[in-house]
Amino acid sequence: MSARPAAPALAQAPAHDATGRPSHPTSPPTAHAASQRPARIDARYVPLLGTIAVFALTAGFGSVMYTGFFSAQVFLNLLIDNAFLCIIGVGMTFVILSGGIDLSVGSVIALTTMVSAALVEHHHWSAAQAIPLVLAIGTAFGALMGVLIQRFRLQPFIVTLAGMFLARGLCYLISIDSISITDPTYTAISQARIPLWHDGASITIGALLALGMVALGIWLAHATEFGRTVYAIGGSEASALLMGLPVARTTVLVYTFSGFCSALAGVVFTFYMLSGYGLHAVGLELDAIAAVVIGGTLLSGGVGYVAGTLFGVLILGIIQTLIAFDGSLSSWWTRIVIGALLFVFCLLQRGFESRRPRS
Amino acid sequence: MQRLLRHRLLWPFVTLALLLAVNAVFNPGFWQLQWRDGHLYGSVIDILNRAAPLALVALGMTLVIATRGIDISVGAVVAIAAAVAALMIGGELVVKDGVQTHVSRFPMGVAISAALVVAALCGLWNGLLVAKVGMQPIIATLILMVAGRGIAQLLTGGQIITVYYAPFFFLGNGFLLGLPFAVFIAAAVWGVLHWLMTRTALGLFIQAIGINPAAARLAGLQERLITVCVYVFCGFAAGVAGLVISSNVKSADGNNAGMLMELDAILAVTLGGTLLTGGRFSLAGSVLGALIIQTLTSTIYSIGVPPEINMVVKAAVVFVVMLMQSAEFRAALRGWVVRPAAAGGAR
Repeated sequence: MSARPAAPALAQAPAHDATGRPSHPTSPPTAHAASQRPARIDARYVPLLGTIAVFALTAGFGSVMYTGFFSAQVFLNLLIDNAFLCIIGVGMTFVILSGGIDLSVGSVIALTTMVSAALVEHHHWSAAQAIPLVLAIGTAFGALMGVLIQRFRLQPFIVTLAGMFLARGLCYLISIDSISITDPTYTAISQARIPLWHDGASITIGALLALGMVALGIWLAHATEFGRTVYAIGGSEASALLMGLPVARTTVLVYTFSGFCSALAGVVFTFYMLSGYGLHAVGLELDAIAAVVIGGTLLSGGVGYVAGTLFGVLILGIIQTLIAFDGSLSSWWTRIVIGALLFVFCLLQRGFESRRPRS
Repeated sequence: MQRLLRHRLLWPFVTLALLLAVNAVFNPGFWQLQWRDGHLYGSVIDILNRAAPLALVALGMTLVIATRGIDISVGAVVAIAAAVAALMIGGELVVKDGVQTHVSRFPMGVAISAALVVAALCGLWNGLLVAKVGMQPIIATLILMVAGRGIAQLLTGGQIITVYYAPFFFLGNGFLLGLPFAVFIAAAVWGVLHWLMTRTALGLFIQAIGINPAAARLAGLQERLITVCVYVFCGFAAGVAGLVISSNVKSADGNNAGMLMELDAILAVTLGGTLLTGGRFSLAGSVLGALIIQTLTSTIYSIGVPPEINMVVKAAVVFVVMLMQSAEFRAALRGWVVRPAAAGGAR
């Protein structure tokens, strides 16, 4: 990552203006603007707060309706069972913020599980050798797609679609069948539990990694030049270019980061499933896009938060948990409810977009 | 000659011809046709038959893409239409007056119409979300893609519904004038569309919307109505494809019918030379694209390459076609070819 922590030209520009021409009427200092509306919630945070409210409501509903729902472990399981989705969600958020899309994430997960399983089981590599290699493969895969998209002005949709076919096809080249992993390191990491409370609630390493990636994503988005450039590209690529931002480099980096996230999610998925299989994570890219959209990120790019994606993932997870707790509903209701949620959130997004005059 | 080289269907056509040639080399019996029981049999006929559903979906997708849209819900619509038809026909073998007859739950015409109406309604839903609500096409159709698969599973109860009603099998397995009936369905839909696009102003309208929706609206086109109609047609075409597929396999599978079909259809449209940015489109190109994809699949099976490679080859084909369509890549390629020569000359 070439992202530098804070202090890029963009953030300094208004400050410099203020010191040079303190009485400039059109550029009030930011502190002054903040003091004008002290108690009101910034309109930008409304979608994010909506997502969190939906999550809280769903959690409340489940806690009232089903006994045993309101326990720390149920909520930790949301993270444990969706750790991989959360990690690709972070990468996908950046891609969507930049105005693109990445359809290859699910199949990169499958490829990662497959390569890991083949290396560990058939070639007797150690986990310490296999994991860096698969992370490098995923990152390189993302970088390649980014270069194609950026250098040759190809549509992200089609490039990542081809990438999706390629990664799944490569899985089948390795093996058609599922390879189960019996390597002691993998099984140890898979079963490792980190106790959090005295009542036995615990969390897996994968879930911790997911939380770490969310933290990294938030830092990248709001405290680095890279993050600000991503928002700028999503808002208007032409303007970003005119501002002299490194659009080309950032676009490639966005897909590289998504590739890295997919590979890391693949590693977590390998721990979760303890097998490599070409049919792992089929359709997961759509769940990731759904999580990002439910999290309040606009698909047109430029608006959204990584934290929203975390809650988007948690909402998808809690719906599954609710349906599992109910017991009488079949699994396909999950898809229908997710579709309905997507619909409601997109309608709300349209409402926000039309109320706010866009320049 | 110059006009031929500039023709936009040249590259898809060359790709298909190359694939067919590869087939002919590896499989000497490839072009052989047999006349058996009044039907034509052979690899080519097989490809035509299997490409028909994909061609149908690709035709609908072409129009959607021409208006700058995309419809990723077609796979789910295929599954829904198949499920509706299979549920309504059901069918069983009954012995009536000593004669075995097939009995369907509803008359077949009603069942087929119902399936097509449901499919068109799915398209209407997409169209309204895109044109009236103003959602991005990919996200508007993502909703139906996610929920539609669930609805299809709900209809079929997560099971594979088997159809026991022989007349229904004609759609996907029957022969007319020696050719598979599905080919006639695809050809008829293409014929009607081709007539509509070239003999009426509709084709021009759709292109105008794709090139610049705002300008089309200002020019007095009913942009929203046309966009809705295009999505309705795309749903309808996917419904027809769903009927053909379920008739061909004599069942409806809510879980897997039409899986990844949206991607194959988009691929077919792209291979046929229609740009995803909207505007100019080619119906014949999309049909060629569908044939290319099906021929590719058949080739991979027939030359003895493991079928698992199919996806890698497909990906490679997409990458090559995509790069050839990119003006930047062609310019870079020219640069790579010309620059070394120029550098050599300078030295």
